[in-house]
Amino acid sequence: MKVDWNEFWVKVVDATGETVYMVLVTLALSGVLGTVVGLALFATRKGGILRNRVVFAVLNALINVIRPIPFIIAIVALSPVTRSVVGTMIGTEAAIFPMVVVATFGVARIVEGNLLSVEPGVIEAARSMGASPVRIIVTVLVPEALGPLVLGFTFMLVALIDFSAVAGTVGGGGVGNLAMTYGYLRFDTSVMVVAVAVLVVLVQLAQLLGNFLARKVLRR
Amino acid sequence: MIELRDVTKTFPSGPSGPSSASKGSGRDGKKRAEGGFTAVDGVSLTIDRGSVFGIVGHSGAGKSTLLRLVNYLEEPTSGSVLVDGQDLGALSERRRRAVRRSIGMVFQQFNLFRSRTVLGNVAYPLKLAGLGRAEARERAEEVLRFVGLEEYARRYPEQLSGGQRQRVGIARALATSPGVLLCDEATSALDPQTTQEVLALLKRVGGELGVTIVLITHEMEVVRGICDKVAVMEAGKVVETGGVYDVFARPRHPTTEAFVRSALQDLPEAATWDRLRARHGGRLVTVPVTENGAAGTRELSRLLREHAVDFTVAHAGVAEVQDRPLGSVTLELRGADEDIDAVLLHLASRTTVGAR
Repeated sequence: MKVDWNEFWVKVVDATGETVYMVLVTLALSGVLGTVVGLALFATRKGGILRNRVVFAVLNALINVIRPIPFIIAIVALSPVTRSVVGTMIGTEAAIFPMVVVATFGVARIVEGNLLSVEPGVIEAARSMGASPVRIIVTVLVPEALGPLVLGFTFMLVALIDFSAVAGTVGGGGVGNLAMTYGYLRFDTSVMVVAVAVLVVLVQLAQLLGNFLARKVLRR
Repeated sequence: MIELRDVTKTFPSGPSGPSSASKGSGRDGKKRAEGGFTAVDGVSLTIDRGSVFGIVGHSGAGKSTLLRLVNYLEEPTSGSVLVDGQDLGALSERRRRAVRRSIGMVFQQFNLFRSRTVLGNVAYPLKLAGLGRAEARERAEEVLRFVGLEEYARRYPEQLSGGQRQRVGIARALATSPGVLLCDEATSALDPQTTQEVLALLKRVGGELGVTIVLITHEMEVVRGICDKVAVMEAGKVVETGGVYDVFARPRHPTTEAFVRSALQDLPEAATWDRLRARHGGRLVTVPVTENGAAGTRELSRLLREHAVDFTVAHAGVAEVQDRPLGSVTLELRGADEDIDAVLLHLASRTTVGAR
């Protein structure tokens, strides 16, 4: 049974809204958490400004365990935790939890990598002026790495749109869910085409926004 | 006054440089010297208030590490660092940060904040010192005027030339009116003309502001240009130290000698000697030029006249060291052999003369 587009477009708009909601909430939460983990990772590494072998080793190992797990497996594996935290295993809210967990560690690596690209000399200059480690992180490292950080976050944003579609296939809601239930299970190619088009447009918009912001920060 | 007392810095593994240094606690670290890389080896130095002190050495001699020991960016493995009588090793890290605010530092690669404007760079240490926005801005503008870059306040570092960037670096280091300025190869990334501009600025910093300047360099030219005192480093040790004119006039260590010659360019090299000999038939003699002239020029002139010896200048190099001339001149002497011998004998009794 094919969908009736005169009425079905409302579902597309709703699903797009759900996707945008999932992605933005996840980006906000994982952005904050991942930045904290990334900063901790950078600062505690060997030769870092707050070097601490134990903290670094624990964080590093944790990330290396979480990151290789395919997202679709992570959703399923995390589902008991999701239920105890969110209260349910299906729907938009339930999809956000595993997305945040996985994205946090992705963001952490992105943040760590971009901070590593900051000239060590600049950090030394700040130290020579008597800046404390926390002050250096906030007023030197983050501003100096902001351009690449914005691009890194854009990369994460695009990845999250992908994640959200995957989450949709296991009952997470959003455009992915729409494509799965109507496009795949009911063999309606038109829904599939529209769902893919929506995802492509969302990714394009995310990339445009990221590029625009990065250009502003980098002044080029 | 800055005092280094028998300071040693050993890095745990390999000469990987100061940035990868691990935490070494001041007193108990001596054991770690085994197997590690000793960048600074038992150095004792006293740097007087208001002086311009140069530390010269080849790359890898340990001067960069030594400079970082002065503001405790590197903790010494053993020995102590005293700034105005205060032992930095006895202070908490928090108190040390306060001391660092009274010691400015300038870097070879400038190390400016790319995310901040010129004004923002200079205002940064002022904000660290707790100044309000308006005060910091006012002071930053004042320092920028001092270095002649007030018109560039709104620009970003990448919009400036190398020399301008270093002037911003100097302005930033001077913003909090520190008593000491540490210069880490401040002119090594600059072309000769810009180097002179930056050195002139540093001279003003020492002269007009009375700031004690400690600079490290591999160019003896820089020492000749602005320093009062110099220490020569090799393999982590200070091999010679003294007033700049004295060290230039009478270098004792071979490394010092080589540095002095490279700065003065006064003595002909081996290949030059061959060419000089081919060109000049007479006897070649090198006499030093000091503040009294060439081996006491009056004396030389009289000797030559009395013994009826003629001369031609074959080679010469004279430079100003601490506003006094220093170098040597190589003359071709023509006349009877015994007359020339008599001249040389007289000269040799008064000064070092090299005859070939």
